[in-house]
Amino acid sequence: MIDLKNLTIEKVHESFKSGEFTCKELVEEYLKVIKEKNTELNAYLEIYDDVLNQADEAQKKFKDGTATILTGIPFAIKDNILFEGHKASAGSKILENHVAVYDSTVVKELKQQGAILIGRTNMDEFAMGSSTQTSAYGVSRNPYDTSRVPGGSSGGSAVAVAGDMALVSLGTETCGSVRQPASFCGLVGLKPTYGAVSRNGIIAMGNSLDQVSPFGKNVRDVEIIFNALSKYDPMDSTSISPKSPKPSLGENPLSWASGKSVYKIGVPWHLFEKGVDPEIMENFKKSIKKLEDSGCEIIDIKLPYSKYSLEAYYIIMPAEVSTNLSRFDGMRYGFSAEGKNLAEVYMKSRGKGFGKEARRRILLGTYVLSHGYYDAYYNKAIKVREKIKEEIVETFKNVDLIATPTTPTTAFKLGEKLDDPVAMYLCDIFAAPANLAGVPALALSSGKDKNGLPFSIQFMAPHFCENSLFEIGKKFELISPDVKSGSRPKGVGK
Amino acid sequence: MDIKDVENLAELAKIDLNEDEKKQILKDMGGILEYVKTIESVKLDETKLTYDTYNVWREDKIEPQEFSKESIIKQFPDKQDNFLKVKKIL
Repeated sequence: MIDLKNLTIEKVHESFKSGEFTCKELVEEYLKVIKEKNTELNAYLEIYDDVLNQADEAQKKFKDGTATILTGIPFAIKDNILFEGHKASAGSKILENHVAVYDSTVVKELKQQGAILIGRTNMDEFAMGSSTQTSAYGVSRNPYDTSRVPGGSSGGSAVAVAGDMALVSLGTETCGSVRQPASFCGLVGLKPTYGAVSRNGIIAMGNSLDQVSPFGKNVRDVEIIFNALSKYDPMDSTSISPKSPKPSLGENPLSWASGKSVYKIGVPWHLFEKGVDPEIMENFKKSIKKLEDSGCEIIDIKLPYSKYSLEAYYIIMPAEVSTNLSRFDGMRYGFSAEGKNLAEVYMKSRGKGFGKEARRRILLGTYVLSHGYYDAYYNKAIKVREKIKEEIVETFKNVDLIATPTTPTTAFKLGEKLDDPVAMYLCDIFAAPANLAGVPALALSSGKDKNGLPFSIQFMAPHFCENSLFEIGKKFELISPDVKSGSRPKGVGK
Repeated sequence: MDIKDVENLAELAKIDLNEDEKKQILKDMGGILEYVKTIESVKLDETKLTYDTYNVWREDKIEPQEFSKESIIKQFPDKQDNFLKVKKIL
């Protein structure tokens, strides 16, 4: 019997090396939990049929001495990440039965290191949603309270880890799609710097925003995954090459390498005046107090343009969606409807293949890009985005990090907000600035509310300063021992 | 925005909608546009907007790819003699 809830990547690695258990024994433990829980939680859409073979291959690496820290580590991957020869449907009917013909760069890297890919996880259709309720393959449920959502869009990947159905997982972010479910499920979620992790082989939603993003039960696990996956990839033109000019924005004038004793943390209090649950605010203030007591300097900052982040996001993202999703036409793969002529095949395949939210965003994007509205919406939004980026970069000249609550509420009930798109969109109000500015951000658990649902705090750092996030994250874990991964949801795992 | 605008957008985006779906979209779009429209009120000064994006080019070389023609053809909803088969265009 392996104590799944207290495992970390490093502990597992040590156990593999000492022979305490094998790669296969560990993955079989996870498969047992999956068998028990997945029908109810719906974290996975599919368990790959070659999991045990993967475990055998990983074991060989320990025998022949080529094992790395990720060898034999069980991962769950989001349904929009391509894994050759396996289905990838992005949670959509229009890609049902679509089989990946190549490996995404992140999967290739995990395979090379001998990580075990257990299965593909449920998600909002094309990553459009904040609750995993827009999936064409049913809702996922929060392991802390199965009448509630796990957050989204990477809800399945969050549930897989929180429910002890995988040690760690990959999701993707366009605007909070990993940090928000990490928040709702009591996990650590990292949105890396734009360009730090390859998107080659990821089914795109908003190209100027998307990033592959890991989930873990603690900061160290997420750090290990990030370090393994963050490298230059010529197959992704937005991947940052060591030779390419670094965005001039990326220089943090304050050095972290020296191991500083005083961290300057900026808090934009003015952004939380409206729409934030009082319990969340109280928890956030407590967290800030803890940081202050442990020697951090807390500075009140103003981010006047960031106030409009979500409005800018809901113009820029649909514009990118409307162009990106034009490739799904029922012609070459996936769902295809019958029609009398080509135009009718397009209309019907897209009409029946896309769900409500995808259609809504495609039409909204078509609208904001159309003649007569382009200047008022899209053009204005990208200018505001530049100002947001500028003000965040300027702020980092005075502070090392920016802290906010990760989400304005804790996990809400299934069915809630489904008929009110704007209410759903507001879930990601604190996530948007990092995606728009391209800076990295880390969400981690900061306690529980009166119903036992997790709270979460978010830190943002300057471009390419993920290390600052890992440092402050580990520090926060130390000063808030009650919120570490030990306190798992009741009745889940062993 | 009215129902005609929705029909026009659906035509442009090639998405078939029935009457109920059109009405629903019209209602949803109203709410969303109302929300995002606040962006119009943002005052921007004329200071520099530095777009730090740049093009990334590569040589147009023929390189072997790991994916096979067969695996791609296998996914075609309709095919003939290893070609993708589509409905008449004109």
